[in-house]
Amino acid sequence: MKIIVCVKQVPDVTEVRIDPKTNTLIREGVPSIMNPYDLHAIEAALQIKEATSGKVTVITMGPPQAEDVLREALSMGADDAVLLTDRRFAGADTWATSYTLSQAAKKIRFDLIICGKQAIDGDTAQVGPEMAEFLNIPHVSYVRKIEKIDASEMIVERLMDDCYEKLWISFPALITVVKELNNPRPPSIRGKMAAKKANISRWTADDIGAEEDKIGLKGSPTMVKNIFAPPQRGERRILEGAPEEQVEILLKELRRLGCL
Amino acid sequence: MLIRVDIEKCTGCATCVNTCPFSAIIIKDNKAFITEACTLCGACVESCPESAIIDEREKEEIKPEEFKGVWCFAEQSKGRIASVAYELLGIGRKLADSLNTELSAVLFGKSQEVEELIKWGADKVYYADAPQYDSLDDELYSKTMVKLIKENKPEILLAGATAIGRSFIPRVAARLKVGLTADCTGLEIDRETGNLLQIRPAFGGNIMATILSPTSRPQIATVRPRVMKRGEYIAQRKGEIIKIEPLNPTGRVRILERIEDACLSRVNLQDAKVIVSGGRGLGSPEGFKMLWELANLLGGTVGASRAAVDEGWIPYAHQVGQTGKTVCPKLYIACGISGAVQHLVGMQSSDIIVAINKDPDAPIFNVATYGIVGDLKVIVPLIIKKLKEGVSE
Repeated sequence: MKIIVCVKQVPDVTEVRIDPKTNTLIREGVPSIMNPYDLHAIEAALQIKEATSGKVTVITMGPPQAEDVLREALSMGADDAVLLTDRRFAGADTWATSYTLSQAAKKIRFDLIICGKQAIDGDTAQVGPEMAEFLNIPHVSYVRKIEKIDASEMIVERLMDDCYEKLWISFPALITVVKELNNPRPPSIRGKMAAKKANISRWTADDIGAEEDKIGLKGSPTMVKNIFAPPQRGERRILEGAPEEQVEILLKELRRLGCL
Repeated sequence: MLIRVDIEKCTGCATCVNTCPFSAIIIKDNKAFITEACTLCGACVESCPESAIIDEREKEEIKPEEFKGVWCFAEQSKGRIASVAYELLGIGRKLADSLNTELSAVLFGKSQEVEELIKWGADKVYYADAPQYDSLDDELYSKTMVKLIKENKPEILLAGATAIGRSFIPRVAARLKVGLTADCTGLEIDRETGNLLQIRPAFGGNIMATILSPTSRPQIATVRPRVMKRGEYIAQRKGEIIKIEPLNPTGRVRILERIEDACLSRVNLQDAKVIVSGGRGLGSPEGFKMLWELANLLGGTVGASRAAVDEGWIPYAHQVGQTGKTVCPKLYIACGISGAVQHLVGMQSSDIIVAINKDPDAPIFNVATYGIVGDLKVIVPLIIKKLKEGVSE
C-alpha cells in the first residue's frame, strides 16, 4: 500500500497579531510548527503501514525551511519525504496549492492520500477535497475512525454536523482526518537521528510537470485585497458580591440583553 | 513580478512601503522595490502619488457580464433544510438586489420544505429529489453542481461553511478553476467593480481578510452559520421550482450507515444560540451533567475545552477551539475554562460571553462580557435554581 501524507508548516497562529498602527502582520518571533491536524494524518498512515505493510511518503509545498516539518514526519516513522519548493509556487491559494500537490502525487503514485482536516493558518479545509477532484478520485472528509482497510478499499466513519456516517470507499482515494482519529506518537530518538541525516527530495515546478499558469500567484483565482484587525470586544465587567448577588446581576443583565 | 515599479517615475517617497499590508515593499537605492512577500493585492498601485507602480496582470478571458444571478446551496439532512440555508438566502437576497439580479436556491435531496426556500426569498429553486441525493455524496453533489453552473452561469454561489458545504464545494471550485473563499463572516458587493468582497477570519481569528476572486466566475464562498440574518418571510411569495435531471453516483464511495448519536444530534454547536461550555475546572465527567441541565434550561447545547475532551469527560464533537469547532452563539457561558488562546479563537466572536472561573487572572476574563470569579460548583447550581424559580413565577 502506497500512502501519501500532505503536511503543512504553519505559523503558530495563536501568536500572530496585526500591528494596529501599520495594519500589517507582525511576523517577527512567530514560531513555525507542523499543522496540528497533520500529525494525526501521519499517525493514521503509520498505523495503516504497520497493519498492511507499505510505504509512507510525506509531501509539503513551501519554502526551503518547510523541510523541518518533513524531518519531523520522518522522525515519527515516515519512509520518504518530498519538498515542493520553487519561487514560482509562491503566493498560491488553495486552488494552485491543490493543483501543485496533485501533480506531485501523480508522480509519486499512491493508493491512499491522507490530509489533516484543515490547516490552522488559513482554516479553509479546501485543499484535500480539491486535490481529490484534480486527481479524479473519491474522498471522505472528517474521518474519525478507520474500521477496516485492505489493499483495495476501506471502511471509515466520518463526523458530520449532526451524526456520524459509516462509509465504504475504494482506492485510490483521499481522506481528511480529525484529531479524534488517533493519538500521534512522539518521535523516537532513533527516528530523530535518522531523520536528521535523511535525504529529502526537492522538486520544482518542472519536476512535477506543472503548468506555469496553474501555480503560485498566477494560478490563484483568489486574492487578498486587504487585512485588518478583528473588531474589539465591547465592554467587560467583573461581577462583584456574594455568589447570590453575582448570579442575580448576571441574570438581570442577560434578561436586559434578551438572552433569557 | 506582475506588479512592477517604474524606476523613472519613483521618487522613493515610501508611501507604498507604509501602505503595503504585507510589508512586501522596501526602499533600495532610493527607489521602491517589491519583494517576494507581495501578494498582488494592488494596494500600492492606488497609493502611489507618482503613478509609478504598475499592475501588469493580464486580464483573463472570462466575461463577467455573461454570468448572472446569485445562488445559495440549501443543504438538508433527513429532509430538513438546514437553518444556514435560510441565512444564505437572507444575505443572497441583499447581494442579488444590489446587483439587480435573481436569487436562486439549489436543493439536493428530497424535502417537504422546498417551498420554504421561496418564502424566504428565492426566485427559483433548482431541485434534485432523486434518492441518491438524500445524503452527501461528494462526487455526485459536485458533478451535479458543476453541470448546473455550466448550464446557467450564476455569478455568485454561496454555501454553508458546514460539514457538507466544506466537503463538496471545493471539488466544484477545483473543477471550474474558480476562486473559493472559506468560512466568510461578511459579504458585500464592491460598488465600482461589481466584485464580491468576501470577508473572513484568518490565523485563528486574530486577523480579518477581505478576499476577491476578480477574474473568475462564479465567485464561490462558504459562509459561517449563524452570522448572516434571515431575510423577510413572505408566505405568499411565488417562485419557480425547476427539477434537475439526476446524475448517477460514481459508486466509488457508498454510505453504509447513518449513525444517529443522541448526544451529537443535540450538540450541533454551529447552530446553537446558547452554548454552555466546560473545561478542566469541572474536575470530572459528572460536572457536565450540571452543564447539560443549564443548557437545557436555556435552550442551548454543551461545548467543551480541549482539556475536558482530552480527559475523556466528553466526546470530541463538543470541542470548541482551534482543533475543534468555531462557534458564534448569542450567549457563550464558559465554566472552568481558563481561556487558552486555542480556545479563545474558537469562541471569541460570540455575542455575549460569560466566564465563571476561580482564578481571577484566567485569560478567559479578557474576552468575557460578564465575569464571575468564583467556584462554578456554587455558581452554576445557583443559576439553575434562579432560572427555575423564574420559570415557576
